[in-house]
Amino acid sequence: MNIATAQENAAQEFSAVVAKHRLQIFRFLLSSTRDVDLAETLTQDCFLKAHRNWSSFRGESSAMTWLMRIAINLQKDHWRNRRMQFWRQTQTHSVDLNEASEWLPSGERSAEEQLLAKERVGQVGLAVERLSERQRTVFLLRYVEEMELSEIARATGLSEGTVKAHLSRAVGRVRAELGGKQ
Amino acid sequence: MSTRDKIAGEPEGNTEQDSELDEALRNFRLSIHAWSEAIYVQPRTVVERTPRRVWRLAAGWALGCVLVAGGAFGGIYSHLSRQQQTAGWERHQQGTGIPATRAVESVRPAVVQRDQQTHNEEEDLLAKVDSDVSRQVPAAMEPLAQLMAGDETR
Repeated sequence: MNIATAQENAAQEFSAVVAKHRLQIFRFLLSSTRDVDLAETLTQDCFLKAHRNWSSFRGESSAMTWLMRIAINLQKDHWRNRRMQFWRQTQTHSVDLNEASEWLPSGERSAEEQLLAKERVGQVGLAVERLSERQRTVFLLRYVEEMELSEIARATGLSEGTVKAHLSRAVGRVRAELGGKQ
Repeated sequence: MSTRDKIAGEPEGNTEQDSELDEALRNFRLSIHAWSEAIYVQPRTVVERTPRRVWRLAAGWALGCVLVAGGAFGGIYSHLSRQQQTAGWERHQQGTGIPATRAVESVRPAVVQRDQQTHNEEEDLLAKVDSDVSRQVPAAMEPLAQLMAGDETR
């Protein structure tokens, strides 16, 4: 196998990874930043960075975990660099997570059940917005992206114990928002 | 997959509340998925950047500001320098004018006296010159002069 063929194969592999995971990365960044433009930009940056470092990806974790780690780091860098300069602009472009409740599939619920379910989704959205950045990241990776604790630990660079602690606090706050026990 | 399965170490809770929480979290996930997919597929509006216009506008504003500031500065500078000149001239007048007048007044009698003396000396000199000139008559004119003197005596 010559170098050109290897490069072509790598490009095809990467294209497949992009096609498979782009929506998931965008979804995580959108729900985490609550800013459509920012989520789109960070998604592009994430795949650009992944493309540059694709040759160094050894497959120790899944491609999704690797991409998610890049996305989380980009998000952290963004807030660290732009916190002072652009926070007002970001606020103006931001959307509420509880907007998502309008997109709840109706399923086989009655109108009343659907209304109640939307209200609860809105409450969860509000609770998630109030979480700290790290708690929100862990919560979204767990309950929206349905990643395993070990994968979350690898993606965030935290230990599994820390991930569990953040997750426990986040769920406690969501439960309190829904009117249950703390 | 329930919250109880997911989080180790979470305090025990009411089963009914847990099922409600699980339901809410499941609905939250479905909503986020549907919402983000809708945003993901919708066409983006790309705002055209017009850097040249912005630069022109900025350059125009900068030039205008420089001109206005320059004009204002020049006017103020001219006004201040004129004021300084006027104040300096007034100070000079106040500082030198009054003693000069006093000096003039103090030396005036002496000057008048000297002028008067000079005038008298000049008058005397002229009178002497006149008498000398009138007496020095050329020899050729002596007879005529004697005749004139004879007429005068007569």
